[in-house]
Amino acid sequence: MPADTKPTLDHPVFKIVKDQFPGKRFRGTEYRGQSTLIVDPADAHEVLAFLRDDASCRYNFLSDLFGIDYLNYPSRTIGRFAVVYNLVSHQRDDRLFVKVFLDPSLPTDGTADDPALYLDSVVDLWPGAEWPEREVFDMFGIRFRNHPDLRRILTWESYPAHPLRKDYPLRGRGEREQYRIVDRTSA
Amino acid sequence: MPYTIRPEQGIDVDAESTGYLREHVDTGERWVLNFGPQHPATHTTLRLVLELDGERVARCTPHIGYLHSGFEKLGEHLDYNQYVTIVSRMDYLSPIHNDITWHGAVETLFGIEITPRCKALRTIMNELARIQNHLLCVGAAALDLGAITAFLFAFNPREKIYDICDFIAGQRFHADWTRVGGLMQDLPDEAVFRKLVKDLVNDDLPRAVDEFEGLLNANRIFIDRTQGVGQIGHDEAVAHSLSGPMARASGVKRDLRKDFPYLCYKDNWDNAGAPAVEFKVPIALEGDAYARFRVRVEEIKQSMHIVRQLIDAIPGGPVDTYADAKMVKPPKKDVYGSIEGLIQHFELVMSNRGWKAPVAEAYGCNEGPNGEQGFYIVADGSPRSFRVRTRPACFINYSVMARLTEGHLLSDVPAILGSINVVAAELDR
Repeated sequence: MPADTKPTLDHPVFKIVKDQFPGKRFRGTEYRGQSTLIVDPADAHEVLAFLRDDASCRYNFLSDLFGIDYLNYPSRTIGRFAVVYNLVSHQRDDRLFVKVFLDPSLPTDGTADDPALYLDSVVDLWPGAEWPEREVFDMFGIRFRNHPDLRRILTWESYPAHPLRKDYPLRGRGEREQYRIVDRTSA
Repeated sequence: MPYTIRPEQGIDVDAESTGYLREHVDTGERWVLNFGPQHPATHTTLRLVLELDGERVARCTPHIGYLHSGFEKLGEHLDYNQYVTIVSRMDYLSPIHNDITWHGAVETLFGIEITPRCKALRTIMNELARIQNHLLCVGAAALDLGAITAFLFAFNPREKIYDICDFIAGQRFHADWTRVGGLMQDLPDEAVFRKLVKDLVNDDLPRAVDEFEGLLNANRIFIDRTQGVGQIGHDEAVAHSLSGPMARASGVKRDLRKDFPYLCYKDNWDNAGAPAVEFKVPIALEGDAYARFRVRVEEIKQSMHIVRQLIDAIPGGPVDTYADAKMVKPPKKDVYGSIEGLIQHFELVMSNRGWKAPVAEAYGCNEGPNGEQGFYIVADGSPRSFRVRTRPACFINYSVMARLTEGHLLSDVPAILGSINVVAAELDR
């Protein structure tokens, strides 16, 4: 196994983005040739639109969009939650990850509508983001502004938690035992 | 008995209006049909709420999650070898393919370079898994349209692929065949393996493909029911993040095996100058259900071509990376025969020991039968991943279902569903 080396932050897009948005704050990481651009939540939509349309970036394909909960992660992170955009450029055969960190302002054990956990939806840039954004909302409780139809997707509407958060136990909090039973007379 | 819409009660469909609704006046004849979750044509548990205008679909709302089993949550509690048993249950039409993707991603994270023999075997099985998946997809798509014979023709060679899985891993269905840095075991008998695979790709499979192509390719009923049905164009396919045969049937020239080569799809894979395996990426331009069928059949032929190139060229040598890595379980011979092997085995399997993973994140992907399947692993230094995200090809491909069905007849819905090839276990995870 090769020794871990220091990240090489020479991905060409890092420089392009920095030059394009001089006032904004960016961070970059790299591991095994995979580069991640870290963007502030308020700038995410603008930067992603630029990455999609700029002639030297051309990340026209949103391969995936997902959330991460960094509660008790051994390495320090900027915020507790992250939303990652997995972008691919078809013209340049290049993959870039864009990451946005969010910090909750309310307790995370329920389904409270936390004003700090909001991001601009990218459905207007990539219509394919619709379901993945719904999944992030379902699993992490991160809401997306201007999403056409932000409902839960894998769990049911009244599910009392966001199950992929790290403070949600593996076996659940008894939802399975307290399942509402609908019989023929009440259906 | 269908029921009419009662707006005052709120109906369970999307709020935004669709193209069809904008162009067609509401005749007051709209009714709602619930399709699934238990229906032979949904194959697994999917539910569509169809708002119909006579027999035409005015609005389609897919509801998923009936098979959600928390695979990603489970991934945070199982170690890098154990999780393969869960992964294998995702796209269960081709279980081995999931195994290969998962351990490919783990090896990217750890920086392990697997041995040439392992690469060749994984590539062969990856392609057989693709054939396995496509055979079921085209067979079942035909079955939904009433052509049960084609389904049976497609199913016979699938059985042979299961026999091969059984032979190499001891399990027909969920083989759980890969391990970090190698395979669960080397081939029990290489000559027998070669014979099984050659019989398949030189005899059974070409015959079966001929048979069901003969039944379907010039079949008036099949063509009428699939041509022009569920069309999606190139730009829209890219914007909707489609991948795999779905995208290629719309003219998107993308294949991870060519764009980001890995395993034997990459030049110099055996470190002795072997060229990448040769194959073509079939493309269709129509973007309808028939084009998706044709692309899949063509991919079966290309996969056979890849297997034929490799089956006589499997390199010798070990199948596991062992000597230079402390990340893989040693072969059983060493565990029982040497003190170092015994120590390393227990270092990896004891619950308070295990892998020393880096504190880092890595993504590994593989061109799957349904498109790009990948795993994004967040590792925290412990033997278990901190977070593992699947890039589910079916989930993302299925999200265009509403867009594809609207404006079509109710009888086209199974045709479109069959052409997307949605596997609910991967859809809901």
